[in-house]
Formats: sequence, structure tokens, C-alpha cells
Amino acid sequence: MTATVDTLRGTTPPEPGGRPAGRAVTVRVGRVSARFRWRSVVVPVVALVVVVLLAAVSLGRGDYPLGVADVLRTLAGAGEVSQRFVVLELRAPRTLVGVLVGLAFGLAGALFQTFARNPLASPDVLGITQGASVGAVAAIVLSGGSAGALLGGLGVPLAALLGALVAGALLFALAWRAGLDGFRLVLVGIALWTSGNALTDYLLTRAQIYDAAAAYVWITGSLNARTWDQAAQLGISLLVLVPLALAAGRVLGVLQFGDDTARGLGVRLASAQAAVVVVAVLLVAAAVAAAGPIAFVALIVPQIAVRLTGGWRPPLLASGLLGAALVTVADLLTRTVLPEALPVGILTAAIGAPYLLWLLVRGRRTTA
Amino acid sequence: MSLPSATRAPAATPGTPAAPTAAGARTARTRRRTLGLLALLVLVVAACAASIAVGTRPLGLGTVWDALTDRSLRTEEAVIVWDLRVPRTALGLLVGAALGVSGALMQGHTRNPLGDPGLLGVTAGASFAVVLAITLFGVGTPAGYVWFAFAGALAGTVAVFVLGSAGRGGATPVTLALAGSALTALLFALVRAMLVTDSDSLDAFRFWVVGALAGRGADVAWQVAPFIAAGLVLALLNAPALDLLGMGEDVARGLGQRVWLARVVGLAATTLLAGAATAACGPIAFVGLVVPHVVRAFTGPSHRWLVPCSGLLGAVLLLSADVLGRVVARPGELQVGIVLALVGSPFFVALVRRRRTTTL
Repeated sequence: MTATVDTLRGTTPPEPGGRPAGRAVTVRVGRVSARFRWRSVVVPVVALVVVVLLAAVSLGRGDYPLGVADVLRTLAGAGEVSQRFVVLELRAPRTLVGVLVGLAFGLAGALFQTFARNPLASPDVLGITQGASVGAVAAIVLSGGSAGALLGGLGVPLAALLGALVAGALLFALAWRAGLDGFRLVLVGIALWTSGNALTDYLLTRAQIYDAAAAYVWITGSLNARTWDQAAQLGISLLVLVPLALAAGRVLGVLQFGDDTARGLGVRLASAQAAVVVVAVLLVAAAVAAAGPIAFVALIVPQIAVRLTGGWRPPLLASGLLGAALVTVADLLTRTVLPEALPVGILTAAIGAPYLLWLLVRGRRTTA
Repeated sequence: MSLPSATRAPAATPGTPAAPTAAGARTARTRRRTLGLLALLVLVVAACAASIAVGTRPLGLGTVWDALTDRSLRTEEAVIVWDLRVPRTALGLLVGAALGVSGALMQGHTRNPLGDPGLLGVTAGASFAVVLAITLFGVGTPAGYVWFAFAGALAGTVAVFVLGSAGRGGATPVTLALAGSALTALLFALVRAMLVTDSDSLDAFRFWVVGALAGRGADVAWQVAPFIAAGLVLALLNAPALDLLGMGEDVARGLGQRVWLARVVGLAATTLLAGAATAACGPIAFVGLVVPHVVRAFTGPSHRWLVPCSGLLGAVLLLSADVLGRVVARPGELQVGIVLALVGSPFFVALVRRRRTTTL
């Protein structure tokens, strides 16, 4: 079988502002052909490489630094007991949870923003992570437990999962009216966010200050003391959800043309819309239970991804991988450079936000 | 200006039954708007009366009237009315109107249904400044936060506008919204970085961030009143220009509108109003976002009606939520920001579901 690759310049439709969309490639395998733009291929590949490298570095760095050789030896099953403990029991699950959570938030953000055709429509804004926060803060504040409950990893993650699922179900049920309209979804989501935020703030004012401080760390999103159990649960969920999300992404491309066109092209509108939103909600729920609502990843990363790839809408895969890269690098910095162990959610925002601002200031295009 | 599809609300579908004549439709619309405006005015008076009468110590309307009309009375009731309830009601009136109007302006200028004063960095800037006031200067009272919060809100908005318009395309609704959310992300990251390591500051901040009218008093109302008044005047002046801008910047320019002037005036008004409101009460999320959507249901998209009616409804909403907060949690009270969110959200969802929301 022979594959031919044509490199064409300037044949892709010009973007608003008259700029060509960049170089495109057509790949033909027998009778099947597909067209890619270079940047939409290069960006995810680079992001994946960056994630792998960062994760590798992350395993070696921290309060107890190890060389690359030591890390590799430990991963291969050799190495001292203390090294094995640090790498395999402390850093590996934490790193893995970080990568997976970033992936899930990036994907979910891209799904929501594309579906609602609004760059502000992310799970942070639509109230799903707020639902999780209500659940978690209630578990921390009302049970009288404190940091113990937080780290024990039993009550709080389940409460968060439940909260996210309830919020997602409410979002779905209240926005559904013979189909989901992006505009209505956003307005209902805002209402959910507002109630969730008020409940969280209220619980924080009613709490003992010690509990409030613990809850505040959770709200920010932290990867401290993640376990293999959490990594495994999240990993299994994502094994199912990521392929579904990528499949939903294909339908999403058609939905962009508007309801009537999509219907005309043979899409079963209601079930396609439902699939996109349900997958996105489940991604958020799985991630938020594992690490808390790591702030702003789902909001910022898809917008960074769309600017890097130069496409029309947030690309799914690139958003997911860039999300993973952002969370991993933020976690690495919290454990190495910074004097005090800050929750990772602070760093994701502190890195991602200026980068998005820089892209905006430098940027030529205003497509979301 | 070609508006990016991302913020354009779905277009109204054609095929809605046309009114018999254009003139008939216009009269019907004018009647609906006038009735709506009158109803809002009545509601404002009723909300003020309720806000003065209801509280831990309920007062009869007759008592309230006597205390209000006869300043020589020094009964306990008169003291409650003049020293506690009237300043609080006045502040609620000011802040509610400010939030409603700034929301209407914000949604008009960004053409985003999520347009909320918080979007432009107001809440984030104010929060950041308040946390600085707490951690660095040891400020601990609502009156002490006012100037910090106001300065932070102004700085946040200016920063968002500068960043959002620095790109090659200049300021567009999308770049402004994104610059706003990015700056919000950054500032809240800094806020959290300061608070997770300092539980004393968190202890003060958590009571500011819920948003409340309680414990402010007349001095806070006097501090913010000039700014809110100036903002309201600018907003009313800006409304006709906003209607022109709604047709697209090129059309507006062709019709003789100085686009940049309209944008600057709108931004100044929004900043003054939302900044002063946040400075006085803390962040109150719901009013600016929801009120314009509700008002649009009877005014239609014309900002000449939308802006003043949003102010009135904002005041009604804030005052009634405050009254409700005093009743439901006796003998304590529930902060107005929380009541608004919990009562307002279901109402808003019902509204969104009941009718096709008037698009921007």
C-alpha cells in the first residue's frame, strides 16, 4: 500500500482577515484521503512529548532529588527501598493523576466551549466544578473532619464526585428542552455556578477557620498525597471517556454549522447534543474527584490550544494534551522552585493566564 | 466589524407571526415598556418600605411613616429607622441600581450573554486589593476596605481593557472577555496563594467575599454615592450610542457615531458603577448578570429602556433579597449575596426555560 503526501500551500480557505490558514497536507491511503493542517498535527505531538518529558522530570524532582539513572533503575524494579518508596509510592501516582486530570479538564473545556460557541463556557463557569466544591466543602466542614478527612481520600472525593454529577445532571435536565441549545446551556450553567458559589461561600463562613482553610486548599485544587487508588480510578474512567470525547468531537464539527445544517447532514441532533454534554460532564466529574477543581485549566487551555493550532475551534486532542502539560509543569514547580508547597491550582492559573494574555496581545485572530 | 460567531447569540428564527401593522406593534411595545417601567417604580417604593420596616425588630408601616416624617421623634423606633434601616436601604438602592445598570452596559458592549461586571476584572481586582489590605495593612472593617476595593476594581478594569485592545485587531468583544477571564484567573491565583498560607487573612476575607449590606452604615453609602451617581449619568448618556453600536461598529460609524468615545464612556460608567458597588458590599454576582435578561423580556433590546429599567430592577432585587435574608435566618441574618444567588438562580432558570430568551 502506498501513501502519498501532497503538500499544498494556500489552498485552505482563508481565515477572516484574509490570512491563509497555514500549510495543509493531504494524506491518501488507497481510496481514503484526509487533509490536515500542519499545526493541528504538530501541536499535539509536541504537547505529548512535553508531557512525557515533564512527567519523567517530575518523578526525579522534589524534596529528595534523584538522577535520571536512579529514576530509570527504580522504574525497572531495582533501586533502594527508600528510592522505590519515593518514586513509586509518592511521585508516580501524583504525577499520573496530574497528567490525567489535566487531560480531562482540557478535553472537557474544549467540548463545552465548542458546543456553546462561547469561549467562556467552561466547566468552571457552568457550575459543574462548583457542584463538586459544594460537595467537598460540605464534607470537610460539616463532618467536623479537617485535614485528616481531606487526605484520607475517602469522604471528600466521593462527595466531590457526587456534587459534580448532581450539578451536571441539573445542568442537563434544566437546559434540555427538546434538545440542548448552547445559549440556554450557558445561561442555566451560570445560574448553577452562582448557587454553587454562594453555597460554598456560605459554608466557608459557617466553618471553623481550620476547616475553612483546609476547604480552601481543596477548592483551589491540589495534587498533594495522591494515591495509586485514585490514579487507577481516574485512569480507568478516562480509558472509557477519552475515546468517547474524541468521537463526540467529530459530531461537534458538524454541530458547528447550526442545527438545521447538522440535521440535514444526517446527524441525530438531540442524541448528538446529549452525548457531547454527558461526556464532558463525566470527564469533569472524574477529574474533580481526583484532584479538586484545578482552577481555570478547562477555561484557559482550549483557548491557548486554538491559538497555537490556528484552527476555527478549540482542538480536542491538543487541548487535552496541553492541559496535561500545564498541570504537570505547575505541579513540578510547586514541588521544586517555590518555597512553600502551594496547591497546584494556583500555579496552573499563574502560568496559564499570563500565557493566554501574551497570546492575546500578540494575536492576530479573534476566533474562539 | 464582523462579529465573531463565538459571541453572537443564535439568531432569532424567522417565522414568528408578524404584527398586523408596524404602527400597531410599536404602540403595543411602547405600552408594554411604559407599564413595565411603572411597575418597576412601584416595586422600588415597596421594596424600600419593606427594607425599612422588616428586621430583627419589625416595625409597623405607620411607625415607619411617623419616624420618617417627624425628625424630632427620638423614640427607639425612630433611632432604628434613621440610624440603621435608612442607611442600609439607601445603600441597597444605590448598589442594586449600580449593579443592574453596569450589567446592562457590559452585556451591550461585549455582546456576550455572560457579560457581567465581574467579567472585566472588577471582582478580581477588588478581591486582590482587599486581600492586600488585609494581609499588608491589617485592615479589618468593611469601611476600611472601600478605597482599596475601589482602586483594585478600577485598576483591574483598566488592565483588562489595555490587554484586550493591545492585539492587532484592537478591542473586540472576544478579546475583552478573554482578557478579563485571564486576568481574573491570574489575580485569583495570587489571592489564593496569599490566603492558603495565611488563615487569619482568610478568616477576614471569607466574610467580605460573600457580599453583604449589613454593618456598612451611612458613611460607606456616602463614600460611594458620588461615584455611583456619576456612573448612572454616564450610563444614561451612553445608552443611545449602544443601540447604534448594536448594528455593528461600521454601521454605527457610518451613522456618525464616534465609536471609541462610546466605548470609553461605557467602560468608564461600568467601572465606576461596578467598582463602587463592589467596594461597598463585596462581590455580588447575580444582579448584573440576570437583571438585563429579565428586563429585556419587556423592553426588547433598546438600551434607552433597558439601561434605566435594569437599574430599577437591580435595586428591587437587591433590597428584596436583603429583606428576605433578615427574615429567613432569625435571629441572625443571611448575607444578601447568598440570598440573591440561592433565590435568584431557580427563578432565572425558570425564565430561561419558559420563553425564548431575547438574544443580544
